[in-house]
Amino acid sequence: MKLLRVSSPHAHGPNSTQRVMQQVLLASLPGVFVLTVFFGFGTLVNILWAAVVALACESLALWLRKRPLGFYLGDCSALVTALLLGIALPPYAPWWLIAIGVASAILMAKHLYGGLGYNPFNPAMVGYVVLLISFPVQMTSWAPPRGLTENVPGLLDALRACFLPGQFDAITMATPLDVLRQNSGLMMDDLWAQAPQFGRWAGIGWEWANLAFLAGGLWLLYRRIFTWHAPVAFLASLALMAALFYDGGSSASGGSPLFHLLSGATMLGAFFIITDPVSSAVSVRGRLVFGALIGILVYLIRAWGNYPDAVAFAVLIANLCAPFIDHYTQPRTYGHRPPAREDA
Amino acid sequence: MLADYSVLLISAILVNNFVLVQFLGLCPFMGVSNKLETAMGMSMATTFVLTLASACSNLTYHLLLEPLGLEYLRTISFILVIAVVVQFTEMVVRKSSPLLHRVLGVYLPLITTNCAVLGVALLNINKEHNFLQALFYGFGAAVGFSLVLVLFAAMRERLAVADVPVPFQGPAIGMITAGLMALAFMGFAGLV
Repeated sequence: MKLLRVSSPHAHGPNSTQRVMQQVLLASLPGVFVLTVFFGFGTLVNILWAAVVALACESLALWLRKRPLGFYLGDCSALVTALLLGIALPPYAPWWLIAIGVASAILMAKHLYGGLGYNPFNPAMVGYVVLLISFPVQMTSWAPPRGLTENVPGLLDALRACFLPGQFDAITMATPLDVLRQNSGLMMDDLWAQAPQFGRWAGIGWEWANLAFLAGGLWLLYRRIFTWHAPVAFLASLALMAALFYDGGSSASGGSPLFHLLSGATMLGAFFIITDPVSSAVSVRGRLVFGALIGILVYLIRAWGNYPDAVAFAVLIANLCAPFIDHYTQPRTYGHRPPAREDA
Repeated sequence: MLADYSVLLISAILVNNFVLVQFLGLCPFMGVSNKLETAMGMSMATTFVLTLASACSNLTYHLLLEPLGLEYLRTISFILVIAVVVQFTEMVVRKSSPLLHRVLGVYLPLITTNCAVLGVALLNINKEHNFLQALFYGFGAAVGFSLVLVLFAAMRERLAVADVPVPFQGPAIGMITAGLMALAFMGFAGLV
């Protein structure tokens, strides 16, 4: 047996950017699977087409900046952006919608700032918000979940809806968050009984998709891809806000804490979006503040804002606060006193 | 009563933010945001002057211009009022607190040309605010301005070390960032 003799220290860092991004891709599989089961193949087609456009845009930007293609394409960060955007967009979105979103995410939000590692805003969320403001009709038409519709579209229908948008009449339905927003005058229990979208805890399909993303996120946490601070702070502050403004189910209340935790993009946001190491705050205290800020904003915008889901806006607003948060939460280096204020 | 004023404040700070939604006061927003420290100084000075100028121009309009039937002179007289308030503030601050003057000093004259200050004065007339409302509206506008100025400055300090492509360096990427910030602030639409 041959023994390798190496002098200490034996530090080994297995986490390259590529590996981290691949694990994030892998961890999203349960959530994508649940979305596909409930809403048909639309999400899958979204993701695949977004990935093609993302790789093309990334290559274009790298070529223009004369950077090595293989190295930067190999880090899979463009694929993660495409994946997040593909999940966030409504299934059966037309191809041009996805292409515009991905192009603004990769070209504007990422490469204008110098590429991976420099972008102050989360690229996928910039793409989503650009689309939400420019094409509100296409962006708010979600497919009805399995159980509420006879025929969940198959793979061929999904492809046709994406690439021949004129020839395919997709059936759409308001999401549970939308129903809750439009609600005026119905008690919560009556609303639950009347609107078919609601399931056991939140919306049909949505609750399971959120639980699946939660499972994927917990696996990422176990693999130490990110720390627990930002997601826990986000979920805790969202639940706290919902609990504060929940009055047991009158028409004016904004849904129970459990409903908010399992609705819309909460779990996707908590474990896949706000944990982006580039655009979030850096220090431990900073991440707690960052996550809590997102939770509060998500509830505010969901309850009183104009837009269907708030995670994208909340993440962008928190992104623009992140450098400021970092400035005031610099950890003290061991053995040094906190930096004294310069006398003005 | 209290609810009305808090709605006025939230609207001026977040929903109708003067810089990111109404696009007023962009010159100091781009010009003084290179360093966080200077942005802090500028925002404090602006908060003080904007609140005072909003109240003073409201008084001028209702006590001087309206009784004399000279409403058409409001723009030019507001410019005068703002310049006077700025000068007055500078003199008082210089005599009473040299320390504060050193911190705010250079920014005070700059505020004269901040179009958000004139904008608030004119909007007060358009929205028919009374004196107290004008005071709150001016203060809210100033807090909103300060908030985005300071956040933007912290962000630009980080952008200064980013590997931005050559054609987009400096003010260009600053403009793009300001645009993306405005995009994010669209999320507050409908809050009040």
